Amino acid sequence: MKVDLTVNGKDITADVEDRMLLVHFLRDVANLTATNVGCDTTSCGACTVLLDGESVKSCTVLAAQASGHQVTTLEGLAADGEMHPVQRAFHNEHGLQCGFCTPGMVMAIVSMLKENPHPTEEQVRQGLEGNLCRCTGYHNIVRAALAAAAEEKVTA
Amino acid sequence: MIPVAFTYKRAGSVSEALELAAEHGDDAKFLAGGHSLLPLMKLRLAAPEVIIDLTGLRDLSYVTDQGSHIAIGALTRHHDVEHSDVLRREVPLLAHTASQVGDPQIRHRGTIGGSIAHADPASDLPATLLTLDATLVAQGSDGSREIPVGEFFQGLFETALEPDEMLTEIRVPKPAAAGAWSFQKFTQRAIDWAIVGCAVQDGRIGLVNMGGTPLRAAAAEAALSDGAAPADAAAHAAEGTSAADDIRATRAYREHLARVLVSRALTEASSRV
Repeated sequence: MKVDLTVNGKDITADVEDRMLLVHFLRDVANLTATNVGCDTTSCGACTVLLDGESVKSCTVLAAQASGHQVTTLEGLAADGEMHPVQRAFHNEHGLQCGFCTPGMVMAIVSMLKENPHPTEEQVRQGLEGNLCRCTGYHNIVRAALAAAAEEKVTA
Repeated sequence: MIPVAFTYKRAGSVSEALELAAEHGDDAKFLAGGHSLLPLMKLRLAAPEVIIDLTGLRDLSYVTDQGSHIAIGALTRHHDVEHSDVLRREVPLLAHTASQVGDPQIRHRGTIGGSIAHADPASDLPATLLTLDATLVAQGSDGSREIPVGEFFQGLFETALEPDEMLTEIRVPKPAAAGAWSFQKFTQRAIDWAIVGCAVQDGRIGLVNMGGTPLRAAAAEAALSDGAAPADAAAHAAEGTSAADDIRATRAYREHLARVLVSRALTEASSRV
């Protein structure tokens, strides 16, 4: 079937199988490979992207369902060569070890801060319940989320 | 994991969805948020030939105060139930239960109607709606009908919906003591399904994952109405249940959890009065 998605502001039209998952569309059709397939069972959050601005697990959305909608992947965050505040915070706070969960973590935090710009540490931990880090590097990830929230507060 | 090949149809209206369902019969499944159905299809435990996507039916996403009850559109997402000011004020048990489903990403997609129609006894919302004595509205080609929630869940993943019917609205009567609620859920990890859960409101007790359908803890409710203290009433919480023995827990352990969680829930609910 023909699908038409806006990915990181760019219109992408393609003829795909009806059963194609959004994550496979992003990786194999749009050639955007920051979005990882982790558990493939809606548990780990490695495939988190924004659909119409809200975090979703792209292994559990059909490309067909996303047709006509806006998708943002990690590649779409940096603007004019400048890292997004959440990306910068991950860098500064050493919010990653192996890096596999990082794209999903970053996208989940971007969505979380949009809904709740000034979360408490407890709210950050609750908000990341759908993202697993197999290196168990959660403390620095939570610090990065809080640092990004603080930075946005300053710049807002 | 990739589902078995199917044909995707996007419904533009309720009547179009019903026409597609009538046309394809048992070969078709409705897809709302897809967070119960797509995982089953990826595991190939479900292999519908036709998927009728309902997510475009935005007019079935609403929460409105109807005086004696709150009306909730079947396609209202868990995220919107969780953050509804009307529900937080009038039926905080339901808003809270929605906040306990899965994780934020899942709540951005999953819908209340999808969760109910899927009828997984391990889901949180069916037990809470049973506790709230909700009424479900189903639309078919011959019009709509009301189904009391107590008659809706008929077995594991089986409901009173006919193949050519779809759930369109959930009506939740305003509780007598809206503030005196509790929801308890015991999981191994944060986003897991409940091993056992329970909801309490107005002397009614709903159980998650204690049988093939969500259940009312009738014996504990009877003890409560006879004046038993929360801990004494909760001792009856597992009576009449048929919990599974599976990889996560034995039946005996689930029965123990039911008694403990119901005791906590009754104590918490009464402390909120």
